[in-house]
Amino acid sequence: MTAWLNVLRAIVGREFLRFVHQRERFLSALVRPLVWLLIFAAGFRAALGVSIIPPYQTYITYETYIVPGLCAMILLFNGMQSSLSLVYDREMGSMRLLLTSPLPRWWLLLCRLLGSSAISVLQVYAFLAIAALFGITMPTLGYLAAVPGVFLGGLMLGALGLVLSSFIKQLENFAGVMNFVIFPMFFLSSALYPLWKMAESSELLHDICALNPFTYVVELIRFLLYLQFNLTALLVVIGATLVFGAAAVWGYDPSRGLMKRKS
Amino acid sequence: MTSGLSVSTLAYSYGSKDALKGVSFDLPKGQFCALLGPNGAGKSTLVSLLTRLLVSPGGTIQVAGHDLRRTPGPALGRLGVVFQQPTLDLDLTVRQNLAYFAALHGLPRKGLASRIDAALARLNMAERAGEKVRALNGGHRRRTELARSLLHEPEVLLLDEPTVGLDAASRAGIVGHVHDLADQGLCVLWTTHLTDEVRDTDRLLVLHEGNILADGITGDIRGVSNLSEWFLDKTETAL
Repeated sequence: MTAWLNVLRAIVGREFLRFVHQRERFLSALVRPLVWLLIFAAGFRAALGVSIIPPYQTYITYETYIVPGLCAMILLFNGMQSSLSLVYDREMGSMRLLLTSPLPRWWLLLCRLLGSSAISVLQVYAFLAIAALFGITMPTLGYLAAVPGVFLGGLMLGALGLVLSSFIKQLENFAGVMNFVIFPMFFLSSALYPLWKMAESSELLHDICALNPFTYVVELIRFLLYLQFNLTALLVVIGATLVFGAAAVWGYDPSRGLMKRKS
Repeated sequence: MTSGLSVSTLAYSYGSKDALKGVSFDLPKGQFCALLGPNGAGKSTLVSLLTRLLVSPGGTIQVAGHDLRRTPGPALGRLGVVFQQPTLDLDLTVRQNLAYFAALHGLPRKGLASRIDAALARLNMAERAGEKVRALNGGHRRRTELARSLLHEPEVLLLDEPTVGLDAASRAGIVGHVHDLADQGLCVLWTTHLTDEVRDTDRLLVLHEGNILADGITGDIRGVSNLSEWFLDKTETAL
């Protein structure tokens, strides 16, 4: 058992060291949501009125509305970034080192996932802190209540990243992930607009948004930030995490998926 | 024979292309075995199978008596690997790299520092323990990887073209050191396409187009011709 914990500590520790060494990555992960919040949201504020829907009990500004969506966006980008670095690791060889550990592969992948999710949490809170400096605040206790939700969302999107990394052959193919995963997931969700607004435009798009697990990451965080609990969101996020996690373990099975093709 | 590395009827194909066509060999402990093969012979596939990055549907691999397919944990725990690609974390120090590896192998934290010191001292790398890998030259990086591969005291050491990109002195140093390790009882499999890294007393396996073309003691195999000429002759006529 100690061996398992040692591996956990080492892999999480390495993720933190990489995080510390890559300050540009941290800054760009912060700038992206801030651009949305301080520029995009300001522009849209007048165009988009948000009526009172749960968990909000009063009219809110558009900036306030999109904060949970932007938190989830950080998780989404980090999950993809982490899988990008896995593909890079594989090309560079350090993935080989990880996979020749005598401990079970699913445990190695889980450690990696826990490490990258923990870092995502730090980034989300750095973003929330800056948003608060600009006057966009949540209930104080909400910040605390949202921690598990943010972490869980990080796990789900990190697991999705693992799945993708096991099927992407080369670094160059990664641009496709941007177009086919990140953008559709983000825009077809409740991150930027409430789902009822989407339903007014198109029932079909509304239904797709309602099926998108990313929507539930956003809603889970949104409700927790207001000290409310959204059971559906929690169940969907847990379910999706398990599905993605299982798919990742399958993809990294040496007799299937990963490296099956000659690289 | 004391069990070192044992491979039996190992085959692998990428789609319709056969990379290995039923390879078998037995390496005892205390032997330095050079696996010589031109590019595309199947060396990389064999290394991927031996390190369980790939799993073959047929054939068996035993590392120090442990079946790699049925009991991957104990088998991998007894295998030390130096990959062809650099696998060090450039932003970490030499010591941090070794500690990370030790944790991946589930080594206890107690006594780890002295274990790392000893591994580095064996390769004259002790004074570089605190340096970042990025600051090291190619030869020192390879020595770090070799020290790391021995940290968990493996019984079988696999090196995949470990001298690629090194200068003559570094190459000779590493070739000599690994021969010493074999003399001390380690089972060593060293893949290469450079004939000058092979000594006459070494065991030699020649891999060509997925088959073992020759298996024996180098001096006996090459006879009166020089190994390089023999190798070219064999692999060319087989084309």
